[in-house]
Amino acid sequence: MDAKDKLKIPRQKMPEQNPNARAKNFMEVPLGYSPKTAQLEAQRCLHCKIPKCMEGCPVGVKIPEFLKLIVEGDFAAAARKIKETNSLPAVCGRVCPQESQCEATCILGKKKEPVAIGRLERFVADYEREKNLIKLPKKLPSNKKKVAIIGSGPSGLTVAGDLIKLGYEVTIFEALHKPGGVLIYGIPEFRLPKAIVEAEVDYLVKQGVKLELNKVIGASKSVEDLMKKDGYDAIYIGVGAGLPRFMRIEGENLSNVYSANEYLTRINLMKAYLYPQHYTPIALGRKVTVVGGGNVTMDSARCALRTGAESVTVVYRRAREQMPARAEEIHHAEEEGIFLKLLNNPVELIGDDKGAVKEMKCIRMELGEPDDSGRRRPVPIEGSEFPIKTDLVIMGIGAGANPLLTSTLPTLELNKWGYIVADENGKTSMKGVFAGGDIVTGAATVISAMGAGKRAARAIDVHVRSKK
Amino acid sequence: MYKILSKSEIVPNVHKLVLEAPDIAEKAKPGQFVILMIDETGERLPFTLSDWDAKNGTITIYFLEVGLSTMDLVRFKGEELSAVIGPLGKPTPIDKFGTVVLGGGCYGVGGIYPIAKAMKEAGNTVITLIEARSSYLLYNEEGLRRVSDRFIVATEDGTKGEKGKVHDVIENLIQEESIDRAYFIGCTFMMMNCLNKTKTHDITTFVALNPIMVDGTGMCGCCRCSVDGKTKFACVDGPIFEAKEVDWDQLFKRNAAYSQQEAIIYQFHSCESEGV
Ligand SMILES: Cc1cc2nc3c(=O)[nH]c(=O)nc-3n(C[C@H](O)[C@H](O)[C@H](O)COP(=O)(O)OP(=O)(O)OC[C@H]3O[C@@H](n4cnc5c(N)ncnc54)[C@H](O)[C@@H]3O)c2cc1C
Ligand SMILES: Cc1cc2nc3c(=O)[nH]c(=O)nc-3n(C[C@H](O)[C@H](O)[C@H](O)COP(=O)(O)OP(=O)(O)OC[C@H]3O[C@@H](n4cnc5c(N)ncnc54)[C@H](O)[C@@H]3O)c2cc1C
Ligand code: SF4
Ligand code: SF4
Ligand code: FES
Repeated sequence: MDAKDKLKIPRQKMPEQNPNARAKNFMEVPLGYSPKTAQLEAQRCLHCKIPKCMEGCPVGVKIPEFLKLIVEGDFAAAARKIKETNSLPAVCGRVCPQESQCEATCILGKKKEPVAIGRLERFVADYEREKNLIKLPKKLPSNKKKVAIIGSGPSGLTVAGDLIKLGYEVTIFEALHKPGGVLIYGIPEFRLPKAIVEAEVDYLVKQGVKLELNKVIGASKSVEDLMKKDGYDAIYIGVGAGLPRFMRIEGENLSNVYSANEYLTRINLMKAYLYPQHYTPIALGRKVTVVGGGNVTMDSARCALRTGAESVTVVYRRAREQMPARAEEIHHAEEEGIFLKLLNNPVELIGDDKGAVKEMKCIRMELGEPDDSGRRRPVPIEGSEFPIKTDLVIMGIGAGANPLLTSTLPTLELNKWGYIVADENGKTSMKGVFAGGDIVTGAATVISAMGAGKRAARAIDVHVRSKK
Repeated sequence: MYKILSKSEIVPNVHKLVLEAPDIAEKAKPGQFVILMIDETGERLPFTLSDWDAKNGTITIYFLEVGLSTMDLVRFKGEELSAVIGPLGKPTPIDKFGTVVLGGGCYGVGGIYPIAKAMKEAGNTVITLIEARSSYLLYNEEGLRRVSDRFIVATEDGTKGEKGKVHDVIENLIQEESIDRAYFIGCTFMMMNCLNKTKTHDITTFVALNPIMVDGTGMCGCCRCSVDGKTKFACVDGPIFEAKEVDWDQLFKRNAAYSQQEAIIYQFHSCESEGV
């Protein structure tokens, strides 16, 4: 097929659950490509000499090579090709912000639509898993060296996967009762089925990675215990950005005001949407208001809809173009009937006599001069306050660094926001202690946390081998 | 998995649970708590560490059946819990303060023991007060008496010790003794009432707040309380706080947020499991 014919193939749509039906269930929204559609979509790739797409991927997935294997019909080989640089393709294919990464730089995007790299990544990973074609990778013989990983989010899992192959004895310590970090407690089932995360963790366990759940490092065990008593040769800290932010406005501690972390943890980790079969309850709002503009906001809003809200409004202080959420999520949310109230900001929450929120006072905003982030700064329009009736409010305005662990390590250098200072390779100010993911960069993306994990795994290997 | 070594109802509706948890027993400090889960579908339940034995690797908690999850825990026949997490929360500072009063009600009769013991070991004069509706509901007396210089029992019906509650008894005590510090553990109402008594005499008072929690590691913000006009996360900043500026009204209201849902489900489940 020549380039001209290729250009004629339209970008293949992915079938989705109908918005009306899906707004009432927690099943996955996009349903996946069929092998035929996947092959057709993969055929669109021009196999550029200098594949621009790869520049957009933070871990340099060999995109044209895996697309070629799809065209050839060897889907499992395509999945393995991706896994050479990205160990969680079924996850990344679903949650990467492709429109600002690999697909943003795909050359086809200049004139037409880019190759649907994410959807294809998801397709091959699902194919490999569902057809039981996953093979355990080759492992070097044990080198008897021990590495402790704190936190089982995407960055910790990546470090574990890379080091176990090199012959290390790897143990992951996780504070919660389930491994996966944000993939388990934050991102909802309808966007990332938990069975996929479980399969990924299982894959590591089968290779010999040990999991110590319910261990809060800094409380249940100290880093010093790990190094001195338990004899770990190196430590990787991948504890994420698990500290909910609030706005510090009046009324924020009323009942039925949640942080997005709490709301999503109740729903995803504790399965409150299956209450009372699962025992953790969740407040059921009729008129729900979610504050913020990121993935966290959209996920909370869509969960609220699925737990029976009559209306869900997202209040965001900037404009639509500035929303940090994945384009697909905003699109899906709107299709499901979520209302975006842009250029508005809450100033106060008002409660009823039982102490539950009943109203949000908002102020209108307009865009002023660009700020540090290069985005035009939202400024309140004086005197424009107005009320919104609401019986459940979710603060989805982001997360900061949780000090539980870092406060126990006086020699660990932190920046002024409490994040760990680490170099490109995850080296921190403490010898033998590495860090990466959201606890270094602040809330970012799954793939960047994995990239940090990859680099740190290499650095840990070098460090341990040079120790002797 | 975490082995249950013993579980028994020591007086009506107060259950004593001893668990095998060597890591926690080794690290535990007075004022801390654990979170436990019966199984995957259960809630994450916070309970005060009421005793531990580092040598034998065991921890003890006392709990009351108040709703669905604690009812399940009472009826649980398995040998192991699916999760026991801890020790969580900030240990309460122990030092030689002088005369220290400890007041316990409901589960706090168990909960005050570690602080009483540590305060005694630190050389304080320890006065312990416990309350119950009637004499047959008193527990943990032996242990508390051992670590107390003065041990006072109060029953509402007057069947043992003084008649009344801790907040009644403390009135007289304040007249008799010069108290340097007071600690109260029990239900929210009990703690608030006791504080109201000590506050007027400017006694530095601490309480163990018990807001609803989820993760217990500072990740969700569910447990937030207003203390001194500032929002605090009880699971990491507390649970023991200096009590004078606790926003009790807010704590009561936030703790009642799910009471309707939970009451219905509790009734439903208790009928179902009793075959009614
Ligand atoms: C709701 C939500 C939606 C998101 N959607 C997307 C998306 O669509 N696409 C995308 O790319 N990114 C998304 N993100 C961001 C992405 O999930 C994070 O950037 C990524 O998960 C960070 O990975 P991590 O490994 O650094 O930490 P985390 O995933 O946060 O994992 C950290 C783990 O460490 C554990 N831990 C913390 N403290 C301790 C301790 N003291 N001891 C032991 N364990 C500890 C935590 O319990 C947790 O399991 C989203 C985030 C949220 C919250
Ligand atoms: C740090 C901490 C330490 C605690 N220590 C102990 C202890 O040592 N022994 C003990 O018996 N209990 C203790 N509690 C309270 C205990 O966690 C709750 O009783 C338990 O979670 C209730 O679960 P349930 O499902 O059975 O009841 P639910 O159905 O959840 O609640 C039943 C009733 O209890 C109220 N309630 C729910 N959660 C709490 C809470 N956290 N505090 C007060 N009232 C609540 C509800 O409003 C409702 O009216 C502690 C709580 C905290 C936060
Ligand atoms: S990992 Fe993410 S950014 Fe990289 S190719 Fe896959 S979907 Fe694109
Ligand atoms: S830039 Fe686009 S067309 Fe070119 S190789 Fe990458 S995916 Fe194919
Ligand atoms: S219980 Fe989640 S922050 Fe305290």
